[in-house]
Amino acid sequence: MAGSGNSEVKLLGAWASPYVARARIALNLKEVQYEFLEEQFGTKSELLLKSNPVYKKIPVLIHDDKPICESMIIVQYIDEVWVSSGPALMPADTYDRALHRFWAVYIDDKFVPALFGMMRAPTEEAKAEAKEQALASLQLLEEAFGKISKGKPFFGGDTIGYLDIALGAFLGWIKAFEEMNGFKLLDAAKTPLLCAWAENFCNNEVAGAVIPETTKLVELAKVMQAKFKSAPPAN
Amino acid sequence: MEEAKGEEVTLFGFWSSPFVHRVIWALNIKKIKYKYVEEDLCDKSALLLEHNPVYKKVPVLVYNGIAIADSLIIVEFIEETWKENSIMPQDPYEKAVARFWATAAGDGLWQFFITEGKEREEALTSVINNFELLEKELIGKNFFGGDRIGYLDISVGWISYGVPIFEEITEFKIITEQKFPLLHAWMEAFSNSEFVKDTLPPREKLSERYRNVWEAIMQKKN
Repeated sequence: MAGSGNSEVKLLGAWASPYVARARIALNLKEVQYEFLEEQFGTKSELLLKSNPVYKKIPVLIHDDKPICESMIIVQYIDEVWVSSGPALMPADTYDRALHRFWAVYIDDKFVPALFGMMRAPTEEAKAEAKEQALASLQLLEEAFGKISKGKPFFGGDTIGYLDIALGAFLGWIKAFEEMNGFKLLDAAKTPLLCAWAENFCNNEVAGAVIPETTKLVELAKVMQAKFKSAPPAN
Repeated sequence: MEEAKGEEVTLFGFWSSPFVHRVIWALNIKKIKYKYVEEDLCDKSALLLEHNPVYKKVPVLVYNGIAIADSLIIVEFIEETWKENSIMPQDPYEKAVARFWATAAGDGLWQFFITEGKEREEALTSVINNFELLEKELIGKNFFGGDRIGYLDISVGWISYGVPIFEEITEFKIITEQKFPLLHAWMEAFSNSEFVKDTLPPREKLSERYRNVWEAIMQKKN
């Protein structure tokens, strides 16, 4: 059984963090019992600072007192430890694995900064640039989906895999931005495959349940935007 | 042994790229025969652009016609495709630690190199904090991989020549024997290892390249 024996699993995170969502989705798919320790917005707990001295960021998975940092490293770790529970998150073929890893890095490198860039952009020009980058990267991901999914509902095929988690965890924030800005990032005309994929992902009992409600994220975004405008960012 | 299968491995690279060096070291340890194609980064070949349309960068590994990009992803692909002479730790926790440091170890070093004043001080603090933690990973070991060179050694191996060159150009020593005895010893052991020794261009040529890059960047700022 997952979380077998006396092994203790804790996840340091925050409800709204899409990076934390990645770890939660993986843990839930693998039916791992864990304690969720919520970090308070704006502060960092002693445990977080001790467990992730390099980046001081969530998520951190603590398994039997050993910390694992970086969301996609955590996802791989979960896949490798709880190997006999739930479906494999990484594909079996080594080239497919390389593709999943490549596009997950791309998402973090190009898509995510553009997505949050739209919220933080100080000028209309910067905002437009971020929007263009976000849309362009989704277009590439649309093509990648076509090749990697091989006609199945997910990047991972029949079941949710590593790359699905990498992108799917951001669906809450994608929807929040769509609502706040009145345009579609995932557009049925331009990215039909990803639109279908997004629906499948959100309808998945396990993964979909982790994605926060769009209204709550929109509320949070407005609070953060107000704070951001009124004070210099302090991270 | 590997080439008997009729497999074709081609590496597109650039002589001074630390990312390319990672792949060369992995191929060497795995004893994989490969063809090397030197790219002119100012005039990239059509093949490179075809194989890596997303980033248009080296290294790219082409194996039996399929292309893999991103140095660390290529190294894991090599590890998983050729089973002998394993470079990854077996234990999932050790794998996670290795994957973490593969990217984190270099944090701040480039900023240290190309900035001045307060920015450089901040970068240096971050570098020293990371190196202190990295030093601990070497306790009781010759290499990060234990007795033999492994994934993390390969991933951070560029430090063995990159940091001394940065130190020379900025005239500031970071990795001293006193402050980081294990890292210092590791740099030497790594550079002298059979899989690394003859892979690098002459130090003077590398130094010159880095100095040219540094001067160009510094000039742009001032």
